[in-house]
Amino acid sequence: MKNTPFTQKHIALGAKMAAFAGYNMPISYTGINDEHATVRKNAGVFDVSHMGEFMLKGENALDLIQRVTTNDASKIKQGQAQYSCFTNENGGIVDDLIVYCIEENKVYMLVVNASNIENDWNWVSKHNTKNVEMHNISDKTCLLAIQGPNATKILQPLTEIDILNLKYYTFVKGTFARVDNVLISATGYTGSGGVEIYFEDVDGNADKIWDKIFEVGTPQGLKPIGLAARDTLRLEMGYCLYGNDIDDTTSPLEGGLGWITKLNKATHFTAKEILEKQKAEGIKRKLVGFEMIDRGIPRHDYIIKDAAGNEIGKVTSGTQSPSLNKAIGLGYVTLENAGLDTEIFIDIRNTPVKARVVKFPFV
Amino acid sequence: MSYPNNLKYTKDHEWIKLEGNIATIGITDFAQRELGDIVYVDINTVGKALNAEEVFGTVEAVKTVSDLFLPVAGTIKEVNSALEKQPELVNNDPYNEGWMVKMEVSNPADVDQLMTAEAYEQMVG
Repeated sequence: MKNTPFTQKHIALGAKMAAFAGYNMPISYTGINDEHATVRKNAGVFDVSHMGEFMLKGENALDLIQRVTTNDASKIKQGQAQYSCFTNENGGIVDDLIVYCIEENKVYMLVVNASNIENDWNWVSKHNTKNVEMHNISDKTCLLAIQGPNATKILQPLTEIDILNLKYYTFVKGTFARVDNVLISATGYTGSGGVEIYFEDVDGNADKIWDKIFEVGTPQGLKPIGLAARDTLRLEMGYCLYGNDIDDTTSPLEGGLGWITKLNKATHFTAKEILEKQKAEGIKRKLVGFEMIDRGIPRHDYIIKDAAGNEIGKVTSGTQSPSLNKAIGLGYVTLENAGLDTEIFIDIRNTPVKARVVKFPFV
Repeated sequence: MSYPNNLKYTKDHEWIKLEGNIATIGITDFAQRELGDIVYVDINTVGKALNAEEVFGTVEAVKTVSDLFLPVAGTIKEVNSALEKQPELVNNDPYNEGWMVKMEVSNPADVDQLMTAEAYEQMVG
């Protein structure tokens, strides 16, 4: 099992640790509800250094990205980031990712899920027919997400960069906590605002940055947050988790990612025709959000039924929502059952428990 | 984490305290920590006679769900009604306020066969 540069800190803090995507990661420190509330109301720090980062360089870098992803990366300029996904030949999703435009038409960084690093690397490499220079910098790249309404206010004293006014999905490279070449990005997976910072694990940078963040943050209530709360936070926002809500069998259109599927962009991308056909003919199932009406908590892979007891789909993610204090979930259902307020039933230990299709974000 | 010496323990992470032929049962400190914040405890077996290691209920935490296994054979007599409104008692006080059921034990000697605090602590390491 791999460690991140912060693993010993998590253990010293008494975190509950578990293997995630081959890394020894903190699941929780003080408890999910407390950590969740800390991010929603104040600020918290996530070590997400397990995520993968690829650098793509050269005059054909943009062309390669355009051919393997669904969103239109030609629209982003230096300092802008974009959510996107790689499609496979059947129109399923290889992974979802963020594309960072480091230098227009020349240098891009792709940030991918930890569990898919090798698979994604092979996928992009396979399509790299025009000699784009590719570097997998995942192992040496640290990533901390500092999220919450007070995150940027707490961090601002650590940098000259104006992070308080950094626009959503933009980024700046500069000095942070006296470490150079830190990429500060106004992105995240919580829906509560804040930044994500990328830096190289050299010269004790990881310790320096972690310690500085907590030195300024702890007096203001900033806390370390584990992966468990990361999941409840993203689920309340209806953000997809690869492997749960989207995977190589779900299309971006089914998964509610039509907004990042640019069928009209200039460059052809993998499975474009399949997605065009899906769009023209209409999808047969759709990822919906739902909340439980009767008592029960939906979990991944629970069967969804209609009132007559027919199977209409499956739960992909579910939890008790710490913010709402009710049980919520995401799942695929047949299109005729996907309308708002449709009553559906989640099969919980062989008992159908009533739920209702609702809009997400849930909060 | 604590494992009181006056209790007996199971490999399924329940504790049992015997008084006469009535036993109180709950989950261990280790178990509550593994589960995380508990949302509710679902027990519909009051009045039922169950065998040792049979499921007597489930506990739903934010992130996960787990079955509750009866440490010894007997009849479920009572559920801790305080958990209905305050399921967090299981997290905060697993051996006292967070108890789950009281049962009438078929054969009190069965309890002697369960793990001591020391043995259980060794198991969860």
